[in-house]
Amino acid sequence: MSLRTQELLLNVGPQHPSTHGVARFRVWLDGEVVTNLELVVGYLHRGIEKLAETRTYTQVIPLTDRLDYLCSMSNNLAYCTAVEKLAGVKVPERAEYIRVIMAELQRIASHLMSVGFLLNELGAYYTPIIYCFRDREKIVDLFEMVSGQRMMYTYLRIGGVSQDLPEEFIPALKRLIVDLRKAIEEYEALLSGNEILIARMKGVGVLSPELAINSSASGPVLRASGIKWDIRRAEPYSIYDRFKFEIPTANNGDCYDRYWVRIEEMKQSLNIIEQALKDLPAGEICAKVPALIRPPRGEAYGHIEAPRGDLGFYIVSDGSIAPYRVHIKPPTLINLTTMKDLCVGWKLADFIVIFGSIDVVLGEMDR
Amino acid sequence: MTLLNQFIQWLDNYWPHWASYLTAAIIGVLIVVIFVVLGIIVVIYLERRLLGRFQVRLGPNRVGPEGIFQPFADAVKVLTKEDIIPAAADHWVHWLAPVVSFIPVIMVFAVVPVASGAIFADLNVGVLYLAAVSSLSVLGLFMAGWGSNNKYSLIAALRSVSQMVGYELPIVFSLLAVVAAAGSMSLNRIVEVQAAVPMFLLQPLGFIVYFIASLAEINRSPFDLLEADSEIVAGVHTEYSGMKFAMFYLGEYGHAFGASCIIATLFLGGWQGPFLPGFLWFLIKALIVFFIMIWIRATMPRVRVDQLTAIGWKLLLPLAILNLLIVAMEQIFWPGVFPWVLVGINALAGLALVLLIGRTVTIRGGRVEV
Repeated sequence: MSLRTQELLLNVGPQHPSTHGVARFRVWLDGEVVTNLELVVGYLHRGIEKLAETRTYTQVIPLTDRLDYLCSMSNNLAYCTAVEKLAGVKVPERAEYIRVIMAELQRIASHLMSVGFLLNELGAYYTPIIYCFRDREKIVDLFEMVSGQRMMYTYLRIGGVSQDLPEEFIPALKRLIVDLRKAIEEYEALLSGNEILIARMKGVGVLSPELAINSSASGPVLRASGIKWDIRRAEPYSIYDRFKFEIPTANNGDCYDRYWVRIEEMKQSLNIIEQALKDLPAGEICAKVPALIRPPRGEAYGHIEAPRGDLGFYIVSDGSIAPYRVHIKPPTLINLTTMKDLCVGWKLADFIVIFGSIDVVLGEMDR
Repeated sequence: MTLLNQFIQWLDNYWPHWASYLTAAIIGVLIVVIFVVLGIIVVIYLERRLLGRFQVRLGPNRVGPEGIFQPFADAVKVLTKEDIIPAAADHWVHWLAPVVSFIPVIMVFAVVPVASGAIFADLNVGVLYLAAVSSLSVLGLFMAGWGSNNKYSLIAALRSVSQMVGYELPIVFSLLAVVAAAGSMSLNRIVEVQAAVPMFLLQPLGFIVYFIASLAEINRSPFDLLEADSEIVAGVHTEYSGMKFAMFYLGEYGHAFGASCIIATLFLGGWQGPFLPGFLWFLIKALIVFFIMIWIRATMPRVRVDQLTAIGWKLLLPLAILNLLIVAMEQIFWPGVFPWVLVGINALAGLALVLLIGRTVTIRGGRVEV
């Protein structure tokens, strides 16, 4: 007599400790091994694209904060870049430098969360994530200093930023850079060489360069597969062509490489901030734009290198005070399309780690 | 002669033997249970506070001075919670599982000598009893996973069984080496022979193997696969609430405390020690072991289920067998040798073996074709 066996269909999410919100997967398991996987999206859909059509151009900025709530500054920057392209607004020098500083600080904050949550999913009982929170907190303090908010900053405006840097900001930022360098060294010492961490992540969930390109993956996920593509270099927006920085890439495309690329990117972001701080000019912080912007009829696509990848805003104007159509290209949704190829054949525990290493934020995926 | 036997002899002056035996047994059981429960409360408090320290936060510090009454507040909270049994659960198995997993935890303490003569039952097969009883609580966990009728619990239940096969053999083999060195299976006797040199110096390899394997036995990080909250929600506890969940929770910490006590007894010399009374020495040693467990929990990520099995079979089992071989040969060929000579030889041999086997064995595991 033989035992009857069958595949187990497991619903991971929308309520699950490591779905980063409300992602849902239907996972078919043979014992512990994943044989098939299906992503179900839409649990956090708030209709942000549609809501944007009923607001003026400036009023859309708070909506973009709520897309990827771990990197609101980057979302603001992507949206403003697109609108400025559409309306032909020239941003003052000082505002550009402030924007770069904010975007790079936001990248560090976001990568800190990413590394922390990845380690949590590896089962390191909350210690790494609280260390990461400790350092992110200092960045959030700076954001609070400039914008008055700790999460939904709404700091950027079309044509510049909403208010100038306060006096105490620059000394605080200089102290922060020293602290963060030390903290990143600490993470590398504590995490990167850990035997269990390597055993769990090296070679797990390999994304081949071909598949990465064909699925139009972007951000650290793409660069971990060995492809040197960073919009800050490939299509420089804002003033990124003035800074010297490396684009870290890795060769294997596994979870460890995705983790490693994020750690290296944080160091590069610190370099960019230091350079921007050195050259920060005085002057206007916002271009002269009318309170009700009426861009000419037409369309524009602006995209930036957000912490999670290529974040794009496609805006169509009919000449009125509100956009006719706003479309958001979210990097997390596109990076997640390869989940099945990455996970099939690995264990249930690996599936969670692969998902964490892609680093998603559901607010952006479901919009 | 244990204290309990002296008590029975004293009672025999007044009563028939069966009555004094029964009285002594009941009082002994009560003392053991109170000791276990108090121990659990202390270790839960320590774990939460120390984890807080490790994680740059404070930990519970509101209830009473430094939060020492937090476990009691939690107990009251848990007692007043609703007890939910899922509609499709196997009612009796679901109900019985917490009990089955908690009772072996208390039974373990029956053979642990907490001070000179302070032992509930000085069994001459104490180590055998220990190996048998301490692995019983897996049965309760499996029942819980099976009876809950929840897919996450089921996965955890199957993990618990595959995990047990992996760690139980190294545990037994490293216990055998201790027995060979001590020449007795009675835990009291094992403590007495460690008066000169504690066992963890005599058999460093066996100590390390036993420590790692017992981390797996008590389901603590990095082997906490049964309640891997990031993967399978809460594992076998998913469908438990109220007092039944508290039983699992207490059982888990009781098991961890029991393992600390056993390691303190078998390898660290139990109640032996200068100046302080034996009871204090025993507690200090057990809490040091538990502190190391907390430290590991605060630091290490979790291994995967196949990696745990690989660690058990490929790494720990060969090391445990080789350790037994070395200890047995030393016992046969140099029975009366000065123990500190053996300490040096065994430390070097252990280091060499760990390096050799650690380098040759891979535990990483790979992709399965489906």
